[in-house]
Amino acid sequence: MNVDSIERGVVIDHIAAGKGMDIVRLLDLEKMTCPVAVIRNARSGKIGKKDIIKIEDEIDVNLDVLGFIDPNITVNIIEDSRIVEKRRIAPPNQVVNVVQCKNPRCITSTERDLPQIFLRKPGSKVYRCRYCEQEYQPRD
Amino acid sequence: MEALRHLISPGDLSRAETDRILDLADEIIAAPDEYSAKCRGKKIATLFYEPSTRTRLSFEAAMLELGGGVLGFSSADSSSATKGESVADTVRTVENFADIIAIRHPKEGAAAVAARYAAIPVINAGDGGHLHPTQTLTDLLTIRSLRAHHSLDGFTIGLCGDLMFGRTVHSLVKALMERDGVRFVLISPKELRLPAYLLDELRERAIPFEEVEHLDAVMPSLDVLYMTRVQKERFFNEQDYVRLRDSYILDAEKMRLAKEDMMVLHPLPRVNEIAAEVDADARAAYFKQMWYGKYARMALILALLGLCPVLGQPA
Repeated sequence: MNVDSIERGVVIDHIAAGKGMDIVRLLDLEKMTCPVAVIRNARSGKIGKKDIIKIEDEIDVNLDVLGFIDPNITVNIIEDSRIVEKRRIAPPNQVVNVVQCKNPRCITSTERDLPQIFLRKPGSKVYRCRYCEQEYQPRD
Repeated sequence: MEALRHLISPGDLSRAETDRILDLADEIIAAPDEYSAKCRGKKIATLFYEPSTRTRLSFEAAMLELGGGVLGFSSADSSSATKGESVADTVRTVENFADIIAIRHPKEGAAAVAARYAAIPVINAGDGGHLHPTQTLTDLLTIRSLRAHHSLDGFTIGLCGDLMFGRTVHSLVKALMERDGVRFVLISPKELRLPAYLLDELRERAIPFEEVEHLDAVMPSLDVLYMTRVQKERFFNEQDYVRLRDSYILDAEKMRLAKEDMMVLHPLPRVNEIAAEVDADARAAYFKQMWYGKYARMALILALLGLCPVLGQPA
């Protein structure tokens, strides 16, 4: 796989430097059989340093997960080595089973088969656990 | 068919609905006989995974005085929780035998899980260090009944002690944020400050509040003083508990600094944070507060069962 360009697939760009592997994990890209490249600390005129993920296959990227991590991320759909579509990212109102509540006193720490739900506080980028209201703190 | 309503957080009730429940409680106090058969044939299940004296007995007395029946358990040890049964499965069992559930659980959010799976109304009777909305109805009814103008607007409340893990405090702050002109004085050691999510909300809504570490200096400014216990069961570390438990003790000397019509509330049980000598002070309202609690719960049960038309459609 040529990491400079792909013929057909998805490029996830403008990922804050260091967050690329989080996205790989959250989108389950480790389990994919197609070529996946993670470029770390690439130069960016817009944000200084950035991570980029290139996936050489048509996949349905979960935009909610990306919007939850960082709504400034861009997603480009590539066909015939050209960008044919730029998908807009927006912070979703809720994310289900994307991250786990870290509050050891939360019911999600003991109740089996309970979906992990985080709700966005209206008008902000803050997400809180649906059950205990603890704010989600991403790893820095 | 009316939509199923629960009370998990004070925010589940609009301000108008809360007022109508308090009005209904007043009506029950004035004419209890008129309500003594309202719940005939109905049962409340009290699912208490954590010890309780006041809240459980208050719910049970409330249902009995409405003519209904009571079943349930008073500790996790006497339920199938010891066999590993989930909250979800427990409520799906209990809904076959009861018409309404009051649940207390040591984990935060447990009542929200119960409400997610139950086909009958669920009342949060305390979920860990998170919320305790029926204590809040009790507190609001007490404040409204005992204040000179019977109003829940325009006063200064001091909340003292464990504001971090004090679920009664979190619920009361949430409810009083919906009122007009309430000023908060938050009195706690740094380690037990009000959680950030509530402080953020106070700031965002430009509600006046101050955080202080000493009770004496703010006593003269308070209309209501809400004392809380530093709860051992909320701490992971015995040393932290021992260090902080005696942070604030209200005694007759401090009461001399307070306004003549200030009221002292406490969700109880107390350990040593209110000296026994304060009990005889006319401003000590914490025993009367328990009395109001039963009526607040009677009104809530009638509301959630749809037996008195005080609730609108869910927001």
